[in-house]
Amino acid sequence: MTHLYETQKAMRARRRSALQKGLVAILDVGTSKIACMILQFDSSVQSEAQDGLTAMASHGAFRVIGVATTRSRGVKYGEVSTMEETERAIRTAVQAAQKMANTRVDYVIACLGGAEPRSYGVAGSVHLENGSVMDCDIGRVLASCDVPDYGPGREAVHAMPVNFALDHRSGLTDPRGQIGNRLSVDMHLLTINTAAIENLLKCIKRCDLELAGFASSAYVSGISSLVEDEQELGGACIDLGGGATGVSVFLKKHMIYGDSVRMGGDLVTSDISLGLQVSLSVAERIKSFHGGVMATGMDDRDMIELGGDTGDYDRDRRQISRSELIGVMRPRVEEILEGARECLDAAGFDHLPGQRIVLTGGGSQIPGIEGLASRILGQQVRLGKPLRIQGLPQAATGPAFSSCVGLALYAAHPQDECWDFDLPVAGIGSQPLKRAMRWFKDNW
Amino acid sequence: MSSIDPRDPAPSRIKYRMERLWLTPVYRSLIRTGIPAALVLLVLGGYLKDPDTQARMARSVTQARAMIEDRPEFSVKLMRIQGATDPVATMVRESLTLVFPVSSLRLDLAAVKEKVEQVEAVKTADVFLRGGILDVEISERLPVLVWRDQGALELLDGEGARVGGVAHRDARVDLPLIVGKGADQHASEALEIIAAIGPFAPRLRGLQRIGERRWDVVLDRHQRILLPTENSVRALERVVALQRARDVLSRDVLVVDMRDGRRPIIRLSQTAMTELRRLRKIADGEDASL
Repeated sequence: MTHLYETQKAMRARRRSALQKGLVAILDVGTSKIACMILQFDSSVQSEAQDGLTAMASHGAFRVIGVATTRSRGVKYGEVSTMEETERAIRTAVQAAQKMANTRVDYVIACLGGAEPRSYGVAGSVHLENGSVMDCDIGRVLASCDVPDYGPGREAVHAMPVNFALDHRSGLTDPRGQIGNRLSVDMHLLTINTAAIENLLKCIKRCDLELAGFASSAYVSGISSLVEDEQELGGACIDLGGGATGVSVFLKKHMIYGDSVRMGGDLVTSDISLGLQVSLSVAERIKSFHGGVMATGMDDRDMIELGGDTGDYDRDRRQISRSELIGVMRPRVEEILEGARECLDAAGFDHLPGQRIVLTGGGSQIPGIEGLASRILGQQVRLGKPLRIQGLPQAATGPAFSSCVGLALYAAHPQDECWDFDLPVAGIGSQPLKRAMRWFKDNW
Repeated sequence: MSSIDPRDPAPSRIKYRMERLWLTPVYRSLIRTGIPAALVLLVLGGYLKDPDTQARMARSVTQARAMIEDRPEFSVKLMRIQGATDPVATMVRESLTLVFPVSSLRLDLAAVKEKVEQVEAVKTADVFLRGGILDVEISERLPVLVWRDQGALELLDGEGARVGGVAHRDARVDLPLIVGKGADQHASEALEIIAAIGPFAPRLRGLQRIGERRWDVVLDRHQRILLPTENSVRALERVVALQRARDVLSRDVLVVDMRDGRRPIIRLSQTAMTELRRLRKIADGEDASL
């Protein structure tokens, strides 16, 4: 965990220096689009916000000065599949955003939709030496968590202390200064594929940018689209993206579970393309303009010109009814939602006090999806759009930008993670001594 | 390896880097202002370095200047001297050596004023330009004393400043004479003494500065009044009072010495002295014929 701790700490330092410079770029690498946002921070407001104002107060501290999106290339299922194309796409987005902002950015905070996130709940506890909780005790208890063996090739991206318990009292958010004997912590650990993040890192490096932070897109879209009550009482955010569907569960304003389903809107498009024998672009177009999941009698009479782009303009006058289109789309959407349902079941979402489910992401714009989702996921489903942040253009306020906006909020006001505390580094004193001993043994 | 889609809007890496460089404030200001400014300076410097160009520029500047200076609006055609007698005016004209018409832009009035005031007979001068005429208003020094110093006769005004020379004492018999080294520096004291001289005025031959320290009043018949260094006028007034009461200097007295403040000391001539002794013997009952 030390290596990870160091890298994450370095990223935090870079983020801090980026905020001091006042400029940071947000990069949402999705399967269908890559969005880049340039945030300008007002350092005076930022420092005020750190002095103990609420999270909402810090929203005024930054402003979006450049936004650009480009069609994503070389990304599949929310992971980088063709590096060069991804790099070119990132370059396109970053350059356009820089042009709009009329400034250059060096630091970028990125999020990735796929890469098989896996959640772990870990717990740890320590005995308090001097009867009350000090800053160093927080670090100690976080270090005492027994990290599960998440296997090689995986890396933790989030490790957030969700809950502190002091003796028999649980549910503390900040136990510092309180009296007690035994401090225990529940931590949420989210790991993803190392390969995915390293590929992305390489792409970003090749664009002359530096990574100042990394987040899972399921988490950040939850930040932006769940309202405060939902985050507090328990709520799930389902981000219906192009290549992957992110699921995150929030309780007490912390993410307690995050996962992604490797299915998304692109599969719906390819289903339409296969089922109706049209090209992908036509399929995407009719999905966006005419798509739906709840068929009514009216839809039988609603005919859609396919105009299949076959080159045979005279004879290709195929038409389908909207109910046929719905018949193609609905099973796939149901499958995606069932995948999300499985994730929620695995998370034990049924046991949470509040069970609001928020659908966001580009896929949530399919008409009638909230009805379908409430059948599959439960009664309390709503469609979520991201929070408004300052300077965000109208074109970027839709649900497709929820992870982008969430990442901006995350950049401005990140939650405490494990690496924000100073872990007691036990090995550092003894290690050189051991090495010296070994050297002696080896040589004499 | 997939070939790149020709419709891909992505900028090439070079273009991307250039764009980023362009958006860097330092480079931006350098390219926008630094390099053009440097180029302009370089070209200008190269052009101006040529001595021919420098000479041509200097020439054109002087020509332009001369053209403006020579305009009739600026020309001064004559000089009018006011408040001076003719000989002084001639001296002023000679000292100025101006050739009219002259441009008023080339005329340094302060220098002209200084030059006019350097003429000895001029006390102060005011110089104006009034519509193409150089107006010199002069207040002359008036000679009040004749000073003889080592054979040269000079005219002094009340402050002791030299007004001019005079060939013979006879030319200015109206002015009193002072003699001696350093006399000019105490001309005002000399004037005071002369003013206080009262009944001796017809007999006064002149004042003599003794040892650059004090004054002697020289009268005819080789009589002198020796005045002290301090309070010379008061001492003279005492002598005047003595003369009025006792007619001292009408007698055969050579010197009235006032240097001792307590009493006047009188030196008699030789004949007066023997006569005095004779008379005293008579008074003492001795034979006067002896």
